[in-house]
Amino acid sequence: MAAKTVLNYLPRKSVVHSLTGTTKLAFFLCFTFASMITYDTRVLAGLLAVSLVCFKLSHIKLREVRFMLVFMLIFLVLNNLFIYLFSPDQGTAIYGTRTVLCHLFWRYDITAEQLFYTLNITLKYFVALPVAILFISATNPSEFASSLNSIGISYRVGYSVAIALRYIPDIQRDYHNISQAQQARGVELGKTEKLWTRLKNAVTILLPLILTSLNRIDVISNAMELRGFGKNPKRTWYTHRPFRTTDYLALALGAALFAVSMTVTLVCGRFYNPFI
Amino acid sequence: MNKNSSVKTVVAVGIGAALFFVLGRFVAIPSGIPNTNISVQYAVLALLAAMYGPVAGGLIGFIGHTLIDLSWGGSPWWSWIIASAFVGVVVGLFAKSLALSEGDFGKKKMVTFAVANVVANAIAWGVIAPVLDIAIYSEPVEKVFAQGAMAAVANSLTAVIIGLLLVVAFTKTIAKKGSLDKE
Amino acid sequence: MADPIISFKNFSFQYRAQKQPTLHDINLDIYPGERVLIAGPSGSGKSTLASCINGLIPFSYPGQCTGTLTVDGVDAPHSSIFQLSQHVGTVLQDPDGQFIGLTVGEDIAFSLENDCVAQPEMKDTVKRVAGLVGVDGLLDLAPHELSGGQKQRVGLAGVMVDRVQILLFDEPLANLDPATGKSTMELIDEIQEKTQTTVVIIEHRLEDVLWRHVDRIILVNEGRILADTTPDQLLSGSLLRDNGIREPLYLTALKYAGVEITPEKHPDHLDRLVLDEGDVRKVQDWFTAVGQPPEKPERPVLLEGKHLNFGYTPDRQILHDVNFVIHEGEMVSIVGHNGTGKSTLAKLICGFETPDSGQLLLEGKDITQDSIRSRAAQIGYVMQNPNQMISKTMIFEEVALGLSRSGLSQEEIRTRVEETLKICGLYPFRNWPISALSFGQKKRVTIASVLVMGPKLILLDEPTAGQDYRHYTEIMEFLRQLNRRGVTVVMITHDMHLMLEYTPRALAFSGGRLIADTTAAQVLCDPELTQRAALKETSLFGLAQKCGIDRPLEFVDRFIGYEESQREVKE
Repeated sequence: MAAKTVLNYLPRKSVVHSLTGTTKLAFFLCFTFASMITYDTRVLAGLLAVSLVCFKLSHIKLREVRFMLVFMLIFLVLNNLFIYLFSPDQGTAIYGTRTVLCHLFWRYDITAEQLFYTLNITLKYFVALPVAILFISATNPSEFASSLNSIGISYRVGYSVAIALRYIPDIQRDYHNISQAQQARGVELGKTEKLWTRLKNAVTILLPLILTSLNRIDVISNAMELRGFGKNPKRTWYTHRPFRTTDYLALALGAALFAVSMTVTLVCGRFYNPFI
Repeated sequence: MNKNSSVKTVVAVGIGAALFFVLGRFVAIPSGIPNTNISVQYAVLALLAAMYGPVAGGLIGFIGHTLIDLSWGGSPWWSWIIASAFVGVVVGLFAKSLALSEGDFGKKKMVTFAVANVVANAIAWGVIAPVLDIAIYSEPVEKVFAQGAMAAVANSLTAVIIGLLLVVAFTKTIAKKGSLDKE
Repeated sequence: MADPIISFKNFSFQYRAQKQPTLHDINLDIYPGERVLIAGPSGSGKSTLASCINGLIPFSYPGQCTGTLTVDGVDAPHSSIFQLSQHVGTVLQDPDGQFIGLTVGEDIAFSLENDCVAQPEMKDTVKRVAGLVGVDGLLDLAPHELSGGQKQRVGLAGVMVDRVQILLFDEPLANLDPATGKSTMELIDEIQEKTQTTVVIIEHRLEDVLWRHVDRIILVNEGRILADTTPDQLLSGSLLRDNGIREPLYLTALKYAGVEITPEKHPDHLDRLVLDEGDVRKVQDWFTAVGQPPEKPERPVLLEGKHLNFGYTPDRQILHDVNFVIHEGEMVSIVGHNGTGKSTLAKLICGFETPDSGQLLLEGKDITQDSIRSRAAQIGYVMQNPNQMISKTMIFEEVALGLSRSGLSQEEIRTRVEETLKICGLYPFRNWPISALSFGQKKRVTIASVLVMGPKLILLDEPTAGQDYRHYTEIMEFLRQLNRRGVTVVMITHDMHLMLEYTPRALAFSGGRLIADTTAAQVLCDPELTQRAALKETSLFGLAQKCGIDRPLEFVDRFIGYEESQREVKE
């Protein structure tokens, strides 16, 4: 599997794709934090609208990211179920009233507050989803490192991320080869084995993988040093792209959304309460 | 010497995060409890943090976990990512006293390693992750602490059992050749 | 002559962790624009010598230097890796370790980025250098989309952006098929001519390096320089052979025929080789005297593949309608360029992957649907890199691992493991930690761990890759012994010597299809086949033609037969 497919990069000509990696990263962070701070249904709905428009602009088709959507949907349903099981009255705790719609059993009622709270959680998660998918599907992995660097993170850390993306496919192939060769010797990780055997077998596969990886670390750091990595306090980037007007607009939008979310939270509180 | 070790740390973080990613994303070892897999990546994180120290450990956990979340397509679940980074930092703090590269890993070091991992995982999943879940996502207290407690137990066990087996095997591979005789 | 560009004076080096110096009292001058080959067996100190030139020693691998070393005017042991990297460009052996960027363009630019070169200038330089090494159409590709040879070209481009005065190649041929190795040497030759840089090559594959002109060979062993002279001089003596370096095959043949090799005959390249009438007659006489080796009788079929088709994804088929037969007790090599499906075929045979269509028969029984585990009892698979197979710390445990689920008692397991260890010559080491073993011994451990299951056939992926002549011979002789004990041996390989010397039969692949199933000699004498399978014509073929022998193929056959009989005499 290639680095491009690890994070499902889908190259294409669109406004979103033409933004620099830095802009996308900064927008993504602003947007995520904006959606994290608030629980106000109106703000969340507004953010969702922006998010969906961005997705539309990217020319990425829904079916291309279907597996991500399905995965997230399952996660959400399970998460909501767990929340309900553990505290069926979380809604009441937040909104202060208790409007029972129907009784199920024992302490489990379906209340309007709980439903509204679940709706908000779902909304909160869905708000960030299109932007997150866009961030990974419309950003060339080659731009990750330079983008991290240009929002103020040390280039060394940025380059660690680049190395991770570069070598994930290699390590995945190593893992695959090692585990196949071990299976031929009866080393299995599946349910047919006892738990203790399974753990010991995991070590049998992990040890060669780690030793090969440590060896890789030596070779790569030699290669990097021989080509001057770490020589200067700064470095330039081959893939870096200059800012254009659309970049400034996108950044302004990101900052504005963050400001709105912040202001609403400070002025009106974190939750929008329709029950009082 | 100093400069070299910093390049090595950059690479170790990159390769470590790639390992964390591959193991966390593609390797599922059933734990016996339905729908719950053993997260072997925490054993590898423990080993690498113990080798390369707190900064590398923290970054491996942070980058590796973020990449896993991104690859599933959702926005990263920051509270748990920070907890992963925390585990790396805490275990990494013991790097000096464990001194894995010396190759001699006695009972005392085993205990240190185990304690470091239990403490790191207990605080990360039992306190940090749930508290952040409440702060960021307003999730119910009972749910997040129940989830956190489960993760704390599971990841502590993984890190201690698999991690210890790995560390012992690893330190044996760098054992001194010393006085080996043919028999 | 100008001043030397690299100059060792009474130079010694000792690694911090070692008791003895690795390099002793080295005196060596290399002049601008020279092409120098540093040759020596594994552990001779040749790589240490190279690391002193590029600064990995003493800056990454600390130790004690005495004497002086000047590299392009720089006092090397007292400068820094960064300073030296402006003068020396190093292309490492492992092309995947060298390739750091996510795409070709980024990787070539890596060093410029670290120098804070502005982007427009960077793009220009990358374009220029990419053109120079012939990767200009590939700038946006990721490493996994490239062949080994292309990766190496990118590696070379990545160090050339610095306008270095010295290019240092660390075993550039180790991971390449013969055809790519040939074009690598041509590329180095061409770049040297265009840029007039000094070229230093570390290699032990002499015949392949000498495909293009080399000014001098420095022979290193046990940390000392044993010879520093022209290829013609060195090839005329016995120093190479005595120090575990394999001489070119055509010279071996000439020596068998009793021809005396002198520098005047220009033995460094077959095309330049001058043979007088007397020499030619000697070769012809030898050809007649040796005679054709006896035909081997046909043996029963062990493994058969019928119409195998396979692809990892439905849109990209790797293997196309592959049909083959392996007989009992055979030694067979599978050849072809990288990515042509050789390893994939091995995976199908071992059951790691299931064919999309087609059948595999073992002794006539269909095993296509058998699990990995049940097949492993019959077919053993040995990976290329022993470090990827070894998962225990002690030899005994490692070899016993495969038996732990066999249902045998502890006592039976012990007996079987010990028997296997004896066969593999590892019994004296049975209680050693594996980390104390050499690469060749580790390889043996992995073979033992497969052999212990009692397979009828073992399948080895590149058993001798990266090994010097001594280790190569050690591994191959061991496999031959196993073969004599009745184990069928199938090897995936790029090594033409291995094919010729050990495997009478070869299966050649190209583009996922089996294009030839014939004798190894025939494959290596057929220009069209060698080209399609990314091999190189054997120099024996050229020698036969040069000596006016009208049946060159038979010449090769007889040479192999003669070598085999010589070995048997020795045993």
